[in-house]
Amino acid sequence: MIPMDDTDRALVAALAEDATQSAGALGRRLGLSQPAAWRRIARLRAAGVFRGLRLDLDREALGFGVTVFLGIKLATKGRVGLDDFERAVGAIPEVQTVEHVLGMYDYRLRVVARDISDFERVLRRRIMTLPGVGNVDANVLLTEERRPGPI
Amino acid sequence: MLDDSDRRILRHMQAEPEMPAADLAERAGVTSSTLARRLDRMRSAGVLRGVRGVINWPALGYEVEVSLRITLDKTQGRAFDDFIEGARAVPEVIEIQTFLGQVDVRLSVIARDMPHYQQVYRDRVLTLPHITDIEALMHVARLKTDETLPL
Repeated sequence: MIPMDDTDRALVAALAEDATQSAGALGRRLGLSQPAAWRRIARLRAAGVFRGLRLDLDREALGFGVTVFLGIKLATKGRVGLDDFERAVGAIPEVQTVEHVLGMYDYRLRVVARDISDFERVLRRRIMTLPGVGNVDANVLLTEERRPGPI
Repeated sequence: MLDDSDRRILRHMQAEPEMPAADLAERAGVTSSTLARRLDRMRSAGVLRGVRGVINWPALGYEVEVSLRITLDKTQGRAFDDFIEGARAVPEVIEIQTFLGQVDVRLSVIARDMPHYQQVYRDRVLTLPHITDIEALMHVARLKTDETLPL
């Protein structure tokens, strides 16, 4: 784990909000010279503080009116079952995230669709046909809020 | 409204958010000035809300992530508002989602380790108002996280 001071934390928070800001602009906000800000950002990036960048898009404006979270229980377990399932589910374009979880379900998927009937198509043709899929539970996303976290 | 060029730009940008503008323009088959103009327009229309750095919490010492699926007491008129307002005040809550389905609200909670999680759960989560039921899913692995839209 990388040691961070308050300035580092402020840089991480600022880049989480807007990753396109230049070292110069961030430095001016935090009272650092451009090279000093650049060095700190390079050190944080090298330590793997960011998993990557994500475009924040208005899904609805792009025609994706429905987001559904699916909880999936596999019917068949065992090493082979998991590998086959993971490979197949990762290849579905409408599946945005796949998380392996411990609890009532084995996997949690985030699925986008144009509307409810498009979602039904994805569910029937793509999800229910996955190898080993058992019980599926669906919850339609109404609102979503990402918080800055303990930074 | 968005046309095919806009979608092509977003599709390439989504796949590689750090791609330099000149490369992005070339891949999307537009000139650099067209690219800049279209990105500006999509930003001001709110389609492209921003480019966010995705924080890698384990690198900051937060090893545990738990998804809490919560049912609220809907006989209370302000159940959602009160609950969400309370959840926003907990720094370890990094996502708040509301649903139509069995689950009303889902919180993503991170913690440094299991004792820390236990403390956050008991002192900050269970004390939130109007909870009738909680189920926990513990994250084991993220297999797909890019959250790209099938544009």
